[in-house]
Amino acid sequence: MNIRTNPKKLRGFERYIKIDNVSRRSILKGLGLAGGFVLAAPVMSRPSLAAYQTGADKMPHGTVVDPRVFVAIAPDGIVTIVAHRAEMGTGVRTSLPMIVAEEMEADWSRVRIQQAHGDEVKFGNQDTDGSRSTRHYLMPMRQIGASARTMLEAAAAKRWGVPATEVKAVNHEVVHSASGRRIGFGDLAADAAKESVPSVEGLKLKDPKDFRYLGKGQISMVDLRDITVGTARYGADVRLPGMKYAVIARPPVTGGKVASFDGAAAMKVSGVEKVMEVKGWPWPSKFQPLGGIAVIGRNTGAAIKGRDALKIVWDDGANGKYDSVAYRAELEAAARKPGLVLRKEGDVEAALKGADKVIVGEYYLPHLAHVSMEPPVAVADVKGDKAEIWGPVQSAGGTREDVAKTLGIPQENVTVNVTLLGGGFGRKSKCDFAIEAALLSKELGAPVKVQWTREDDVRNGFLHTVSVERIEAGLDKSGKVTAWRHRSVAPSIASTFAANTVHQAPFELGMGLVDMPFEIANVQCENPEAAAHTRIGWFRSVSNIPRAFAVQSMVAEIAHATKRDQKDMLLELIGSPRIVKLDSVKDLWNYGEPYDSYPIDTARLRKVVELVADKGGWGRSVPKGHGLGIAAHRSFVSYIATIVEVAVDDKGKLTVPRVDTAIDCGTYVNPERIQSQIEGAAIMGMSLAKHGAITFKDGKVQQSNFDDFRVIRIDESPAVTNVYIVPPGSDTPPSGVGEPGVPPFAPALINAIFAATGKRIRALPIGKQLEA
Amino acid sequence: MITLKINGQQKNWDGDPDLSLLWFLRDEIGLTGTKYGCGQALCGACTVIVDKQAIRACITSVSDVVDREVTTIEGLHPTGDHAVQKAWRQLNVPQCGFCQVGQIMQAAALLMDNPKPNHDQIREAMAGNICRCGCYQRIENAVHLASTGV
Ligand code: FES
Ligand code: FES
Repeated sequence: MNIRTNPKKLRGFERYIKIDNVSRRSILKGLGLAGGFVLAAPVMSRPSLAAYQTGADKMPHGTVVDPRVFVAIAPDGIVTIVAHRAEMGTGVRTSLPMIVAEEMEADWSRVRIQQAHGDEVKFGNQDTDGSRSTRHYLMPMRQIGASARTMLEAAAAKRWGVPATEVKAVNHEVVHSASGRRIGFGDLAADAAKESVPSVEGLKLKDPKDFRYLGKGQISMVDLRDITVGTARYGADVRLPGMKYAVIARPPVTGGKVASFDGAAAMKVSGVEKVMEVKGWPWPSKFQPLGGIAVIGRNTGAAIKGRDALKIVWDDGANGKYDSVAYRAELEAAARKPGLVLRKEGDVEAALKGADKVIVGEYYLPHLAHVSMEPPVAVADVKGDKAEIWGPVQSAGGTREDVAKTLGIPQENVTVNVTLLGGGFGRKSKCDFAIEAALLSKELGAPVKVQWTREDDVRNGFLHTVSVERIEAGLDKSGKVTAWRHRSVAPSIASTFAANTVHQAPFELGMGLVDMPFEIANVQCENPEAAAHTRIGWFRSVSNIPRAFAVQSMVAEIAHATKRDQKDMLLELIGSPRIVKLDSVKDLWNYGEPYDSYPIDTARLRKVVELVADKGGWGRSVPKGHGLGIAAHRSFVSYIATIVEVAVDDKGKLTVPRVDTAIDCGTYVNPERIQSQIEGAAIMGMSLAKHGAITFKDGKVQQSNFDDFRVIRIDESPAVTNVYIVPPGSDTPPSGVGEPGVPPFAPALINAIFAATGKRIRALPIGKQLEA
Repeated sequence: MITLKINGQQKNWDGDPDLSLLWFLRDEIGLTGTKYGCGQALCGACTVIVDKQAIRACITSVSDVVDREVTTIEGLHPTGDHAVQKAWRQLNVPQCGFCQVGQIMQAAALLMDNPKPNHDQIREAMAGNICRCGCYQRIENAVHLASTGV
């Protein structure tokens, strides 16, 4: 990426471009400290036996591979394994410990899970985002399990006076087959703990053909029963003795603040105990609170009623004119002019001029809100220079750092207890809600729960960006695509960290723009400027959503213009099986992964297209009013292709009889949870395609709840969603699962609508466009 | 003073009679199985059963349910093995799980009313319950499984 060649445009931007590997938190550090962030050394050295390298050690605090940190064995044989990542529905709290259990030969029915509190020096990086948990931790967890097994075996061999090579851990015991002796893990626990931890280099990992749990999908989530009986504990469910309930009226315009307020009427509401101001930070405020007026009550209902009675005069500040209609026009105008060039192969300008035909598509995607089913919520208990937090946080370590910094106390004095998350989708990577609780608890001298209402969540979140993607494709006489210019204009997530940000960051540009995999002679990717007027944040799949929508819609538009089948056109553009070379891209993010381990491999992309076409019955004849659409996309270093069948009736009512998705996520741990993630991704993809739009007028969000920010309900959900998982090659590294399912859905749906109706939708959401 | 009957137990309340049942359950008596998702009867996360009907606790005031039998997830089945709960586990329905209590209560109420709902009836009865994680396919299958015997 060549941002550096354009110094006049930097304006405070220069610091973040040093970051080549971004977690949602490290960008913050990278932006705050010149020179980027500092990595703590992992407790043990990078394993040389790993068949592949990942970006795990570039994350803040890297990985920790130490069985003493992650595994405890009680005398009764119960094995406790620490889950150090946050559970928000992906099943990670089950799958990572399951990897340890697999390698140590523990019997899953005798395994208990303990959730780690926020402590990255001890546990390694805890940022549960970026579809990274399995990809970064499959090998470390295997090593932890293998170390524990080796220690148990060594202890048994000593006890029996036989060489360690003669004993073997099998299903919760160590066995000496020559003598028929066996001894349970519980009986060995004390001795095993005295063994030294073996070096990672010397560990012997299990042969995958002996796996009992890994890759099988037979084990349910550890929280399944609790969820079905109502005892699963989310952030909202934490209750402490003497705890107060708070809701906060926050500035309706980003960067606004309280000019004056009158809490007298609120204080008269039954159950309201106090009205007080909460500190806010000037915009861009990173993950710090927006500030506002808090109402404290004996229960949440009283606090909400009290808040309704507040009289507040706001000072809206610089973003008071933000208007989505006008802003869309600005983005479109910017997309029609040259922008910062990020990738350049051949001569696009000349190739477009010389083309027989040029197809232009401009695709618009509005802001989106996460609306996780559990709105942000946190409990804090601050006493003197100590703070304890309970909450549904994706980033336990980051929350600890930010709370400590805000309160001005050492990190060691902050305990962050991670509850289950009632959905995250990137919203809960930002810990503003935990900081709010900490500030209020400190003031009140009592434990406080801050509950965001759904309206707060919709109006005061960190939204998915808003974008115009403009693609020009030049075709020669034979219909072959010879030129491809893609301009992407959108306010950047970096704007939440640094004022005057006008360009997208490498981690955004690397999500479907500069990493476009097609085999085309002349390619240029550009990023014109766009300034932000609200808080922009990571939303599941991030920039891949608008990019896949644009690129995969354009593929179908070209297919239509040249009278070819969508799937054939897609395969032709993907081109020959090869590793894509992106020499002109200076700062290729590649999801933070080394390109050697995780290159863009078009053979894998072709394969998911062919697989889904085969299994999903591409080309089958469908009834009148129905249509099939296809889309494929690589994101989070996984490869996905989706076919959607739609039916559109003569009133424009849209239904989805069938969805088929194929995913290649490399080596995998729990296919049952992969399936559930992809099923869910179809719903999220359909939600944003059909209904999703957060819009602004006079600086304020116009939506408030599920009536005007709609998501798909069961009666409009696809009738069937089929998922096909590509079996991994023997040493294909694991890749992402939580996010990759979303991006291809919208374009597959839109392409299907075109096939059914001849209507090409270029602006999402679909809304009433089919009724026209 | 208001007296409520919740999961067969008497509960007293001498505060605001307009307080919603949701916050009474969650904050005043600690029955946190019932969830808050929208506060406006739009999402179904707060679904409980009153007499034999699924209702949204977030828009129901405590005074509305005096002399009625309120059943929450905590009282749905003594060992948590209602047919709906079992079906949910058998099919691994939940992802994050936050909506699932509401879904289960809605499904249990549906089956009381219509023991053998068809595809369309399931979709219609469950349409008030949002699952942002998108577990709908499994929810539909689990209701069907619960109705045909787990
Ligand atoms: S919280 Fe009651 S319906 Fe959403
Ligand atoms: S399982 Fe997460 S909202 Fe339904």
